[in-house]
Amino acid sequence: MAVSTPERSRAEGRARRAPGLGARRLALLGPALTWWALLLVAPVLLILAYSIFRRGIYGGVVYEATLDNFDRLLDPLYLRVVWFSVRVALETTVLALLIGFPVAWFIATRPRRWRTALLVVIVLPFWTSMLIRTYAWMALLNDEGLVNNGLESIGLIDRPLKLLYNEFPVVLGLLYTYLPLMVLPLYAAIERLPRELREASHDLGANSLRSFLTVVLPLTRTGVAAGCLFVFVPALGNFIVPELLGGGRRQMVGNLIQVQFLEARDWPFGATLALAVMALMGLFLLVQAKLAGRDRLEAA
Amino acid sequence: MRGMWIKLAAAAALALGVSACGADVQKSDTTGGGAAETTAAAPDAGTARGGQLVISNWDQYMPRNLIPDFEKQTGIKVKLAKHSTNEDVMGKLEAANGGGYDLVFVSGPFAQSLARRGWAAEIDQAKIPNLRNLYPEARELAYDPGNTHSVPYTWGTTGLCYRSDKVSGTPDSWEDLLRPSEELKGRVTMLGTDRWLLLPALKTLGFSANTTDEDELKQARDLLLETKKDLLAYDDTTFYSKLVSGEASLVEAWDGWCNYGIAEDPKIRFVVPREGSDLWVDTMVVLESSENKDAAMQFIDFVLSPESGRGVVDLLSYKVPNEAAMSGLDPRLVRQFPNLGMTPQELLRGENLQDLGEGQPAWSRTVSEITS
Repeated sequence: MAVSTPERSRAEGRARRAPGLGARRLALLGPALTWWALLLVAPVLLILAYSIFRRGIYGGVVYEATLDNFDRLLDPLYLRVVWFSVRVALETTVLALLIGFPVAWFIATRPRRWRTALLVVIVLPFWTSMLIRTYAWMALLNDEGLVNNGLESIGLIDRPLKLLYNEFPVVLGLLYTYLPLMVLPLYAAIERLPRELREASHDLGANSLRSFLTVVLPLTRTGVAAGCLFVFVPALGNFIVPELLGGGRRQMVGNLIQVQFLEARDWPFGATLALAVMALMGLFLLVQAKLAGRDRLEAA
Repeated sequence: MRGMWIKLAAAAALALGVSACGADVQKSDTTGGGAAETTAAAPDAGTARGGQLVISNWDQYMPRNLIPDFEKQTGIKVKLAKHSTNEDVMGKLEAANGGGYDLVFVSGPFAQSLARRGWAAEIDQAKIPNLRNLYPEARELAYDPGNTHSVPYTWGTTGLCYRSDKVSGTPDSWEDLLRPSEELKGRVTMLGTDRWLLLPALKTLGFSANTTDEDELKQARDLLLETKKDLLAYDDTTFYSKLVSGEASLVEAWDGWCNYGIAEDPKIRFVVPREGSDLWVDTMVVLESSENKDAAMQFIDFVLSPESGRGVVDLLSYKVPNEAAMSGLDPRLVRQFPNLGMTPQELLRGENLQDLGEGQPAWSRTVSEITS
């Protein structure tokens, strides 16, 4: 991950000074490397391998190399699904940033003893199964649910609002699920922003907006990029929310992959789709790394 | 310290993200997904050796005392693994090249696929005297005529489940679902899994539920795209609670699951549309790789006893193809859940679902076209 780059170069620097440490380094890194190879590299290679085979007549995999799956990928039908997913994930990310930044700012500017408590509150929802929380949203938002009944009883509406089974609850559900992943890195970035810098900008005549745009935002850019990535990536692949809150009316790419594996028993095509999503995410990671890299150059 | 918080946040975020993605939608890709709750993580079967019988079934899809009673009666030890979907257990068999279990519970088309791949052992009928308890109709099912490689466990059909107080008249046609009347617009749901998503349209158009003809699939797709405008949602898991809460008035449902709704609200009814429907069967299959085939046959025999069969009906409110069990049902149960009283002849009007073979990719494409 890009944020660890300075660390890595420092480690390399030390290694150059002490070349005899190779074996010990390997011993220390061994467990992590094994973990990484078994649980990350091997599965990705498996996915890569499946993607060039084809489905057997009764499911399973026929080990005959073919590029058909990649052909199918370019079908406008699937591109439409991918585009819809990207759009929903982007909407979620932008909203998460708009909501997450003030929240992170608020927490980071509280007295130290409050911060941990507030951060725990942010992470608290993760202690309950995501499935249950999603069903809870269904109970809140349905035609006979708390929200509609409440609004009706105070006379604001006379017929229930359509709050479920369209794009709105999908974005809402994803936003709710992944907002903490935006707040945490933003908090980290804001927390280490020296207060004096903002005071200095005010002393030099900048109003709050100017100070935010020219001082705060550039200096927290790494946090913003990390937060956006943490929200965008899982939002893009989520298949529970579109199925339950979206009423399964529009597939996202996560659903598409799930269906290939679980219904169509077409592992090769499912693997190809998964690969495409990984490539897309790799692209975003690269952009983020570039941003972080520029940050470091400017800091130097 | 610099950067530590960011890394901490990153680690937390990744951990949380992973756990969130790991949550499994309890999607019953089968009618048999069964008794509402299923656990995502199934204990792994391990190897099926050492004299103990390793069985995999959907969670909560078997009376609790069935296995202990079997162990007591036969002295055979049973290890029960659980799967959440057909594909779940098929995937494990795939990984172990057809091994790892002595006996698995899967739906008909999957039993067919296991047989065609040579993974299903031949049923040793001489060792299962209780096969005679089955309805004659259950011995000749299209996916496995003569029960050569599988034995039916439960069966049923798909139809319309509705609130009699919210639907005027008695719905009796798939068109009531596909072209809903004004009062039902936005108050109907359909099953979202491929076979049952297309079933109503295929039957309305007079096609087979097992068709792989691209043109027929296209016509079904067009009809379903029309329906989508008036549809509340595609729903495989909570449709009966939507009826109970009043969110939906008419839903496409499996008979057994409609019974869960009826149990909560007696105003809920079930009807099989006149255009016909499917006949789904969940089965028991003994694996060819098993070294305990005799014990597995004994287990099947035990499940086919009238007492075990009645236990299954009591637990699940599903029908079993076991005449001896069904004829001894408590009449009160049938009064409460009328579809338990359906005769095999009535059920057999439904078309037996079979493996789609090479037609499967065309089906999943059609599903994507409807839901993209």
